[in-house]
Amino acid sequence: MSENRLEVRKTYKLLMNGAFPRSESGRTYEVVDAEGTFIANVAQASRKDLRDAVVAARAAQAKWWSQSAYNRGQVIYRLAEMAEARHDEIAEAVEVCEGVKSKEARKSVSRGIDRMVWYAGWTDKITQVFGGANPVAGPYFNFSLPVPSGVVAAIAHPALSFEGIIDVIFGPVAAGNAVVLLASTERPIPAVLLGEMSAVSDFPGGVLNILTGQVEELAPVMASHEDIDGFDVGHAPEEERASLISASAGSIKRVFEGHGTDEVTAMRRMRTFIETSTVWHTKGQ
Amino acid sequence: MESLHSQLGGLQYDAAPESAAVANIQKEYGLFINGRFTSPADHKTFSTINPATEETLSMIALADTKDVDSAVQSAKRAYEKVWSKTTGVQRAKYLYRIARLIQERSREFAVTETLDNGKPIRETRDIDVPLAAAHFFYYAGWADKLSHAGFGQDPQPLGVAGQIIPWNFPLLMAAWKLAPALAAGNTCVLKPAETTPLTALLLAEILQQAELPEGVVNIITGDGTTGAALVEHPDVNKIAFTGSTGVGRMIQQRIAGSGKHLTLELGGKGANIVFEDAPIDEVVEGIIDGIFFNQGHVCCAGSRLLVQESIAEDVLRRLMRRVEQLRVGDPMDKNTDVGAINSAEQLARITELTAAGEGEGATRLTSTCVLPSTGFWFAPTVFTNVSQSHRIAREEIFGPVLSILTFRTPEEAVQKANNTNYGLACGVWSEKGSRTLWVAERLRAGVIWANTYNKFDPTSPFGGVRESGFGREGGRQGLEAYLNV
Repeated sequence: MSENRLEVRKTYKLLMNGAFPRSESGRTYEVVDAEGTFIANVAQASRKDLRDAVVAARAAQAKWWSQSAYNRGQVIYRLAEMAEARHDEIAEAVEVCEGVKSKEARKSVSRGIDRMVWYAGWTDKITQVFGGANPVAGPYFNFSLPVPSGVVAAIAHPALSFEGIIDVIFGPVAAGNAVVLLASTERPIPAVLLGEMSAVSDFPGGVLNILTGQVEELAPVMASHEDIDGFDVGHAPEEERASLISASAGSIKRVFEGHGTDEVTAMRRMRTFIETSTVWHTKGQ
Repeated sequence: MESLHSQLGGLQYDAAPESAAVANIQKEYGLFINGRFTSPADHKTFSTINPATEETLSMIALADTKDVDSAVQSAKRAYEKVWSKTTGVQRAKYLYRIARLIQERSREFAVTETLDNGKPIRETRDIDVPLAAAHFFYYAGWADKLSHAGFGQDPQPLGVAGQIIPWNFPLLMAAWKLAPALAAGNTCVLKPAETTPLTALLLAEILQQAELPEGVVNIITGDGTTGAALVEHPDVNKIAFTGSTGVGRMIQQRIAGSGKHLTLELGGKGANIVFEDAPIDEVVEGIIDGIFFNQGHVCCAGSRLLVQESIAEDVLRRLMRRVEQLRVGDPMDKNTDVGAINSAEQLARITELTAAGEGEGATRLTSTCVLPSTGFWFAPTVFTNVSQSHRIAREEIFGPVLSILTFRTPEEAVQKANNTNYGLACGVWSEKGSRTLWVAERLRAGVIWANTYNKFDPTSPFGGVRESGFGREGGRQGLEAYLNV
């Protein structure tokens, strides 16, 4: 009896503003595993979906940043807890999508979750590490605060379907930004899973938006969108990078071009999407 | 009040002119490459004039693509052969020397700057030059402490930095660019603005006196084509630009994909927010400093005044009385508050935008001061009945022109202040500290002055968010722009 049971498949949708819509365009595209076997028809986000995600991200960013750093750390940590509980499921998705051995997939997921925990701890350290008081020559209390750039768009690692998206998402998010991620076109499933878990991790809807679709269609729109403050093009196809950076200049975006997964690159990315805001406050009786 | 006004208005001051003789400006200047001045005879030249008199001060060499290349090659050689092998403590001592030499020749710098730029001698003497020296002194101390700056154990320089600076604070911007770059171990090619090259060239003499190794700093004068050649040179590892958002955008586009590092300090449309509980006399002085300092040629100028509606009339009345008292004229006069507009081109832009302000229906109030007959001048001007959609409320005027808008609640003030693509600086005036901090954390701006405006210090990071650019100058944060971290 059991071997005849038909599996209940999942519909893979977008994550926007805390909800899971299909693409407004009604389009999907076929995702296959490393062997070429059909996995699912995944939502193919349109330019309109991207613009809607940016609107959601802009609104959510203010809420996210207004929460205490302690609280933001707990929310990211909560997502790590959710991911840990679904470790097997994510690893299976990674295995299928990337065509790696089960053991390798599990290790990769473990590294990703550990990195998420690393970011959870950053939320309430950033201010002290990057900010500080400045000894100006005058009767002022002068202090510099690291503040988020705002809305950051990012292109996911094309190959490392889970581990490779953790830095890209949580670097900016830990610093207080909201993110619109374009998942790996060919291996989007682990990113979609992470999005589903984020919906039960107390993120204000819209802090994390995950689109699935085509890089060549959506990346140029990310670059030219005037209400996106930062753009992580590190994992964009190399031949596209220059034109994406050039288009980003339209609204003077902060652009991150690094693509390593090491800690130095992670710090660089985080700093790219942090602004220093300096306040001069008069002293007097 | 009226009788006081007439008494003050009737006060006469004798002129107190600074002597121009101390400036010792040469008839012509070459390019400063590899520690030596080249001959201007070998180059195309252009004149730099005194904007207060329109008299030519000197003829300046115009660097073409070849000159830019030799400057960059000189910087590259100096980086590879000398500067990258010079220890932090040695670099520090060169920078300390430069700071001291600027202090020693401070009056000469102040006078030269005022003649070339048109800004009042009071400002060059008390602000531009001392701050430039302080900047070198501050970053000197970082050169041998980079491992403690928070960018890892052994942060490395980038190589050759191409630095393009504007005409509004010529010497100070040169200091802001050179000091952190050299402290971090980079070599530099500095391109001063076309209309204000003289103090950078005087600084080149200082570098010679300091015995800075040749090629570590190269100073190339010229126009936009010189800057473009520097931006595009393949051996430049870093571009640092201060100037308009339009040019900054072009630079970001041009170097896209080249791997060059970039920091941009661009335009602004700063909001100066005044709450009803603010100390009114200080507020009026703060508004004046915010917009008329340096003829309003300040990227962080408080060019949009947001006043709480309940005190708007009172503030306007006091402000206009103060505007009438501003002394506009000879920049060399120690009593002068507002000097000359830097160039005919800038004057045309200010004139065009203010005409647009009137055209769009704002009410124009202009100081009745008498303007000199030669030179470039613009009387301090205030616009009321300004709406947020007016060009004078949206575009950077970069002149002595203030737009006044009103608000009722702190939320509305924040919303209006942030209603711009820029994000360089804002002012907040209130006696209530909790409200000031509440507003400050909601403003999208790199610098926020509370109960003050237009204050600068080498220890305090300066720079914008959004279309005002990225990267910081000043403080520990300012080192990041010149380190490979």
